[in-house]
Amino acid sequence: MNRVPLSQRLGQAAIYIGLLVGAAITIFPFLWMLSTAFKPGADVYSMKLIPENITLENFKAIFDQTPFARWYMNSVIVASLTTLSVCFFDPLVGYILAKVKFKGRDVIFFAILSSIMIPTEMLVIPWYIGAVKLSIEDTYLGIMFPGLITAFGIFLMRQFMESLPNDLMEAGRIDGLTEFGIFWKIAMPNVRPALAALAIFTFLGNWNAFLWPVIAITKPEMNTLPVGLSNFAYQNFNEYQLVMAGATMAVLPVLIVFAIFQKQIIKGITLTGIK
Amino acid sequence: MKKRFAAMLAAVLALSVVLAGCGGSKETKTETTEPAKTETTQPASSEKVTIEYWQYDYKSKTELVNQLIKEFQTANPNITINHVVFPYEQYNEKVAAAVSAGKGPDVINLYYGWLPKYVDSGYLQPLPEDAFPAATIEKEFFPVVKAGQMDGKYYVLPTAVRTLAMLYNVDLFKAANIAEPPKTWDELVDQAKKLTKRDANGQLEQVGFYFNVGGQGHNWFREVLIRQAGGQPQSADYKKIAWSTPEGLKAFKWWVELQTVHKVGEIGFMTDDVTAFKNGKAAMDVDGSFRLGNLKDVPFEFRSAPLPVGPDGKQYTMASFWANGLTKKAQGAQKEAAIKWMKFLTQPDTMERWTKAIGELPARPEVAEKFKDDPKMAGFIQGLPYANATFFVDEVKDRDALTVAVDEVILNGKSTDEALKEAEAKVQKLFDDYWSKRK
Amino acid sequence: MGLKGLTLNQKRTVWAWATLAVPLLFFVIVRMFPALYAMKLSLYDWQFLNDTQPFVGLEHYKTLFQDEVFWKSLKNTFIYVVVGVPAQIAVGISIALLIQKVNKFQGLYRMLYFIPYVTSSVAVAWVWRWIMQEHGGLFNQILMSFGIPAQKLLGSPSQAIYVIIASIVWQGMGFSMVIFLAGLEGIPQTFYEAAEIDGANGWHRFWKITWPLLNPTIVFSALTGTIRYLQVFTEVLNMSSQGQGGPLNSTKSLVLFIYQEAFKSLNLSYASAATAVLFVIILVLTVVQNKVITKKFEY
Repeated sequence: MNRVPLSQRLGQAAIYIGLLVGAAITIFPFLWMLSTAFKPGADVYSMKLIPENITLENFKAIFDQTPFARWYMNSVIVASLTTLSVCFFDPLVGYILAKVKFKGRDVIFFAILSSIMIPTEMLVIPWYIGAVKLSIEDTYLGIMFPGLITAFGIFLMRQFMESLPNDLMEAGRIDGLTEFGIFWKIAMPNVRPALAALAIFTFLGNWNAFLWPVIAITKPEMNTLPVGLSNFAYQNFNEYQLVMAGATMAVLPVLIVFAIFQKQIIKGITLTGIK
Repeated sequence: MKKRFAAMLAAVLALSVVLAGCGGSKETKTETTEPAKTETTQPASSEKVTIEYWQYDYKSKTELVNQLIKEFQTANPNITINHVVFPYEQYNEKVAAAVSAGKGPDVINLYYGWLPKYVDSGYLQPLPEDAFPAATIEKEFFPVVKAGQMDGKYYVLPTAVRTLAMLYNVDLFKAANIAEPPKTWDELVDQAKKLTKRDANGQLEQVGFYFNVGGQGHNWFREVLIRQAGGQPQSADYKKIAWSTPEGLKAFKWWVELQTVHKVGEIGFMTDDVTAFKNGKAAMDVDGSFRLGNLKDVPFEFRSAPLPVGPDGKQYTMASFWANGLTKKAQGAQKEAAIKWMKFLTQPDTMERWTKAIGELPARPEVAEKFKDDPKMAGFIQGLPYANATFFVDEVKDRDALTVAVDEVILNGKSTDEALKEAEAKVQKLFDDYWSKRK
Repeated sequence: MGLKGLTLNQKRTVWAWATLAVPLLFFVIVRMFPALYAMKLSLYDWQFLNDTQPFVGLEHYKTLFQDEVFWKSLKNTFIYVVVGVPAQIAVGISIALLIQKVNKFQGLYRMLYFIPYVTSSVAVAWVWRWIMQEHGGLFNQILMSFGIPAQKLLGSPSQAIYVIIASIVWQGMGFSMVIFLAGLEGIPQTFYEAAEIDGANGWHRFWKITWPLLNPTIVFSALTGTIRYLQVFTEVLNMSSQGQGGPLNSTKSLVLFIYQEAFKSLNLSYASAATAVLFVIILVLTVVQNKVITKKFEY
């Protein structure tokens, strides 16, 4: 176990290098975005990755000219609450569709799945009509409601729940757990990787959501980050150093969320087989 | 751990119900209806009226309008104006969504090119003759304002208009020993050739003239080049497209040859014309006066000049505008208030402040006089008296047809005549469908 | 409680339906009604803002099927799917597998490959357009240093769509990597150990163990990927000149077509007709795909 053969060592090295090169190419556009954020306007199109004149004036401009902190807060609230809702309801429905046999189960699954087959662009008008009727436009609930339960998440959880051995559930039933208890205490912990993935994607999706929030929001103080930044970008048409600075600031929380959750994907309990 | 999560979830869900109630505070720069306004001791007979004014968000514009609203409300204490602004790029989505939901403005600021759709849907009402007499408008505003008419009635009136002119980089001109911007088509080609630079691999480093269709190129072709060649873009009754007359074909050929033959410009160079011009990589660019706002901090000297004249020796330019109109929602007392507000927005004093603060050109000659010596605005202002605004049924598809035509020539080697005729057929169909519906 | 008399299975079914009630209601209200509303519009002539909406039946559909731009958009959309989805899956699996194999810096690599996914699409589009410039862009400069002539890339009706697909696959790399990492984690190590004892080599192990056991994940990726690529919009809007889906409509996707008809040409009903067609296509493709690639496993 201590003597790793040379071929294996070389293989490992090759993989490391390959991944590193791939990573360099992968993050190049991101680095360019970062670099531009720190450049003064005149240098935006200079071909240097490391800016000659590093400046913080773009970030300062954003803080001075926009209610950036408020946008941040709005986005954090909307994204977090939606993620919590999704991470509760989606696995629940996914579990039922995967593990509880009843008539019409597949039809329901397809009906739910079909709901993501209509592009959001066409749904925003009926959504807005509904939001106005309920007087929730320009509120957090108004911004959040279309995303509180997602077909995507249900599908994801269903796939992962399906791979769970039925014996696991049976064991729970023998122990006298309620159905919900089986779901909560047995199924959920066993799909932690998928759950973490779902949390990441839901948070990110809501963080970057634009099409519906821009319609739902008319009061500037309720703007989420993408809506505020888009407007800001338009007002500063072609001032890409400002746009990139805004994009950089918008990315930070998501990277943090990812950093926290990505370990969960790996630390998840793998099935050790009950058989 | 699970119990805590459950408790947290419950708390959060409860919180979101609470949050549903709380949204943006009602305070914006202008107050919404509040019965107990402290500033007036009006006799009870003057009723309080609130009207809504919608326009797209542009910082200097929004700030100026907020200021104007304050002044208007002071002068008219019984009127309150609710100012709603939208992001420019989602303008139509927002209007469609809001109107479908039963909300809507009394006065709306819209692009004149959308008039056919807005008017035909019954959404706009014509401006009352007594408040906005046609004779007065024609006397006091530039002729291009006529494009705010449909069926002989005025529906919208602009505060500011935009025209096309030739932006040119004075520093690049000096470096190439060219004293004056081009006055004719031929001069344009000659100067552009001197100002185009390529590197050893044949890659463009600098274009003498920024050739494009999207942006303002298509407007330049339609309203200016065709006329300069002796033709006109459409019939006077706006029913027939006249691009493929011999004059039109000649203009199109000259235009496209700027790239294909003279190679003084290229579509897509540095992504777009603004980027190229701002970075000193395009010596000349036909663009609208609205571009001045984006060019505030360029490190070189630039000016605007009237567009070069063509074979017929006459000056032309294209104008467009965003203007204010009355929606059908404005009735009774609101209508009166809306009319007052619209008048306030288009009076000379407002226009002057508008131009100073935002940089758009005034719609009244008496105000434009004051700015005609500004070197950056001069070229644009000069064109105001003779500018034409194209009648559009569908501006996006109209522009798209020309984009495809030019691309067919450049990318697929189609003949200019054939490409233009195909484009004309497409747009003619749009017009035919439109007019047949209106019977 | 009247439930005492039911069998265990029946109790479970009752619980299932009761619990599903809320989410189902949610979907019906939030997704299905609005979708039906949007599609109903296609049978009327709603010219943007007017009150009266005359019923026109299938007229919009007739016009749609004669619209050459519609067909071009449809064809482009299929290219997006046929090229993009497999590429996305292949890239995701590859990166996930490679990262699993290394012993150190796994977290760092995961982060690095995830970064494109979190970058704003506006920023991504701008950087890509800049790199892919015909004159002076980095990509062409690299090509020329190898003696390959500069390409038109985004300005070419034959190349542009592939450039955009590349940018979408690039941006989605982190997403599919995460999904497949999660999927790979669910494969018990014991299977691999048993196979090694039996003398199976790496390639063998992949095809006989990894690939089949990844099936649920692959099904998920393929289905959601197809649905997503069939609706590609933002990237085309940001990366084509003027957001027009050019040059020569070579990059225009169906959703971009719908969006332009609805909000630029103000033909909302016409756009609804195209939306209905898109929906049917997605539904059919999803059902077919699901049947074809799903393999059920009994544990």
